[in-house]
Amino acid sequence: MSREGLLNAAVLLALGLVPLAAHVMGEPFTITLATRAAILALAAVGLNIALGIGGLVSLGHATFFGIGGYAMGILASHVQDYEPLFEWPFLFEGSTSMPLIWLLAVLASALAALLIGLLALRTSGVYFIMITLAFGQMFYFFSISWSRYGGEDGLSIYVRNGFPGLNTLDPIQFFGLCYAVLCLVLLGARLLARSPFGLALGAARQSPDRVQAVGLDPKRLQLVGFVVSGAITGLAGALFADLNRFVSPTMFSWQTSGEIMVFIILGGVGRLFGPVVGAGVFVMLEHWLGDMSEFWHIWLGLLLLAVVLFARGGLVGLLAGRGRAHD
Amino acid sequence: MTEPVLQTRGLVKSFGALRASDGITLDLRPGEIHAVIGPNGAGKSTLIKQLSGNIAPDEGTVHFLGRDVTALSTMARARMGLARTFQVSALAMEDTVLQNAVLGALGAMSSPYRFFRPALKRAELRGRATAALERMGLAGHAATVVSELSHGQRRQLEVAVALTLQPRAFLMDEPMAGLGGEGSKQLTGILDRLRAEAPILLIEHDMDAVFALADRISVLVYGRIIATGTVEEIRRSPEVRDAYLGDAS
Amino acid sequence: MTPILIAEQVLNGLQSGVMLFLMAAGLTLIFGVMGLINLAHGSLYMVGAFAAAATAVATGSFLLALVAALAAAAAAGALVERLVIRRLYDRDHLDQVLATFALILIFSEGTRWIFGSFPLYLDIPQALSGPVTLPGGIQYPLYRLFLIGMGLVVAALLFWLIACTRLGIRIRAGENDREMIAALGVDIARLYTLVFALGAALAGLAGALVGAIQSVQVGMGEPVLILAFVVIVIGGIGSIEGALVGALLVGLTDTLGGIFLPQLLALFMEPAAATQTGAALASMAIYVLMAAVLVWRPTGLFGARA
Repeated sequence: MSREGLLNAAVLLALGLVPLAAHVMGEPFTITLATRAAILALAAVGLNIALGIGGLVSLGHATFFGIGGYAMGILASHVQDYEPLFEWPFLFEGSTSMPLIWLLAVLASALAALLIGLLALRTSGVYFIMITLAFGQMFYFFSISWSRYGGEDGLSIYVRNGFPGLNTLDPIQFFGLCYAVLCLVLLGARLLARSPFGLALGAARQSPDRVQAVGLDPKRLQLVGFVVSGAITGLAGALFADLNRFVSPTMFSWQTSGEIMVFIILGGVGRLFGPVVGAGVFVMLEHWLGDMSEFWHIWLGLLLLAVVLFARGGLVGLLAGRGRAHD
Repeated sequence: MTEPVLQTRGLVKSFGALRASDGITLDLRPGEIHAVIGPNGAGKSTLIKQLSGNIAPDEGTVHFLGRDVTALSTMARARMGLARTFQVSALAMEDTVLQNAVLGALGAMSSPYRFFRPALKRAELRGRATAALERMGLAGHAATVVSELSHGQRRQLEVAVALTLQPRAFLMDEPMAGLGGEGSKQLTGILDRLRAEAPILLIEHDMDAVFALADRISVLVYGRIIATGTVEEIRRSPEVRDAYLGDAS
Repeated sequence: MTPILIAEQVLNGLQSGVMLFLMAAGLTLIFGVMGLINLAHGSLYMVGAFAAAATAVATGSFLLALVAALAAAAAAGALVERLVIRRLYDRDHLDQVLATFALILIFSEGTRWIFGSFPLYLDIPQALSGPVTLPGGIQYPLYRLFLIGMGLVVAALLFWLIACTRLGIRIRAGENDREMIAALGVDIARLYTLVFALGAALAGLAGALVGAIQSVQVGMGEPVLILAFVVIVIGGIGSIEGALVGALLVGLTDTLGGIFLPQLLALFMEPAAATQTGAALASMAIYVLMAAVLVWRPTGLFGARA
């Protein structure tokens, strides 16, 4: 196993074992932190497909995170309020079933990614960055002005949604669920990176002329990559909403987009486990630095600046050396 | 006479006041290497971009395999079997030689939307890619990352990727660019054997290579073809001497 | 709906448009000359507003407050350019986005540290407060008219600077061909610092001017920054004319949409529903405008055609 492979296994093991230990020692807060890290990592694994493989610098992934969150919030709130979501063409009362919520979250965010991608991919480079950021802001303002679902105040959900066979109110079981989803998606991302699609998408980033010259459409490859990426981040949004039992326009904010991107950079762009390492480090910093100083974002900013200017491979790059696997 | 594989009729392309293509009519016949030469600024790049579909002509048509492809995209023409190599290598620099060749095979088989089984473990893709690499003498470098290849090896890989398309015609934009004498000689040998497989429209500055390879030569000056003929005819043509040497004799 | 109301709203739209122009012009100039996408431009807007508010409290002079805003934003811009930004010119856009995102965190938290979390207020000076009566009997706040005037004057100065001065010639040359102006012996590093400081000063001025009609607080810059991005996408990157036209379009669409869409919907819907739906749709209007421009001309109204 390569050094990066060992590091990845260690990271995954640690993320799994720490909450178990916390469970044994009776520290539910640590479990919650680990759950948060796993969900944020999932959001960033999604972005990493667009960014790391496809080279699409999307500064609007909060859009999908928020759509996933609101999918959960809207479905569950209708059940909570005994007010059907719609009665025609069939009665639908909303849902508190995680599998159904996840499915709808994924479909809704994929659809949003398709529409935004169709527009944003008419351009490239900085235009793409600005447009994804702008559409993110559009959803942010829309969620603020949509008073039916809480507007600026957001939406509190008093139930935790259920998953067949699990007691999702138990922190360690909910963590296990999120961890399992993360592992499955990581496996999928690993397969995708090496699949024909991953190869073609990576080539579209490095040399769009070449991709065209062999008869493939780089824009279409990028669009599909963007949709897959948005769908995964949307799934993370639904889980995040369940963790907090609360959704608000903050999920759509540009800071959220920036933070999802920061996880990837802290960890390492284009590395399978970059987002996991980055989100883990971010949650730890947030917890420890946040305890020490009210202004911990200054230190985060300085760290980020240092990584961008001096350690471009991110933490995985520092620990596992440069270069990517080519098998 | 056999039907030409690739044919243009009256191509015109202007950029502002500059007529980069001024009524270009030429054809590429089966089994031949047709070289287009001309001084800098003659409009060679503009011509090849219209052939490959990167830019649309203002007037005139391009026919490929008997079909009018003037309105077709680069991608569509590539899928029909028009394989292009670039003047400045356009390869996925972070990927390996084999991955680049597999990309070509993927394009040829129009199968990029497969998300699970690794590309390099698919026998049909790998087989096609490896065969092309072997023909270009790159099989031993399959696992090398492109950014670590020498310039000459990259030029060979350009041709190898084109080969994976199993093309009906090649468009080669200065394949010898930046090669030394030895590399140039080696690639000349390779292209010489390639013409049996598919004809080559060759744009090239290296006159030794052109005179060694070309069955026919067209001379492009200020967007017009001033002469087309065999190597001997072109060597003797007074218009060509005039254009190249400013020789009024 | 009266003509007076419409005229008032058009003036409001103009006012927000010219202020957006001050932001967008700096951004587009910095992108055009240095190829840099600067997310921290909103922070410079905030620096200008805070410098103005602090100076106004200390001296009581609005004029001094504006001068302080210009100076503080330009100085912050020049400092940041020397320390961080110049390391980013030959990096890819991703690095630029991340490094300038880091700068936002540092600027925002630094400002919160110094000034606290509560908003400051910058008072409109006595001489500019109160309404004036315009031809047609429109009562309109004098200060907002002053903003429109200031914005147009600064825009005119900027166009003059670019078209007629030596600095402008160098800026235009820098947009076309970096190696060439270096070869002509222009000190590129100094030119870049100057352009960045100029953009920062424009942002700081906008922050101070707008600060007097809104509250001055941490995080005030980023919504404006994102609107300025919309302006640039509409106008075309690197084009000052595009920034002006885009800014006015966005300012007018945003203001008029917020007022008229609910009223328009009230023709078809119940009033309560119309107000709600109208507000929601109005918040999306400028993005719909941006999408329409993208479909029609992906490189913006004044952008170079790809």
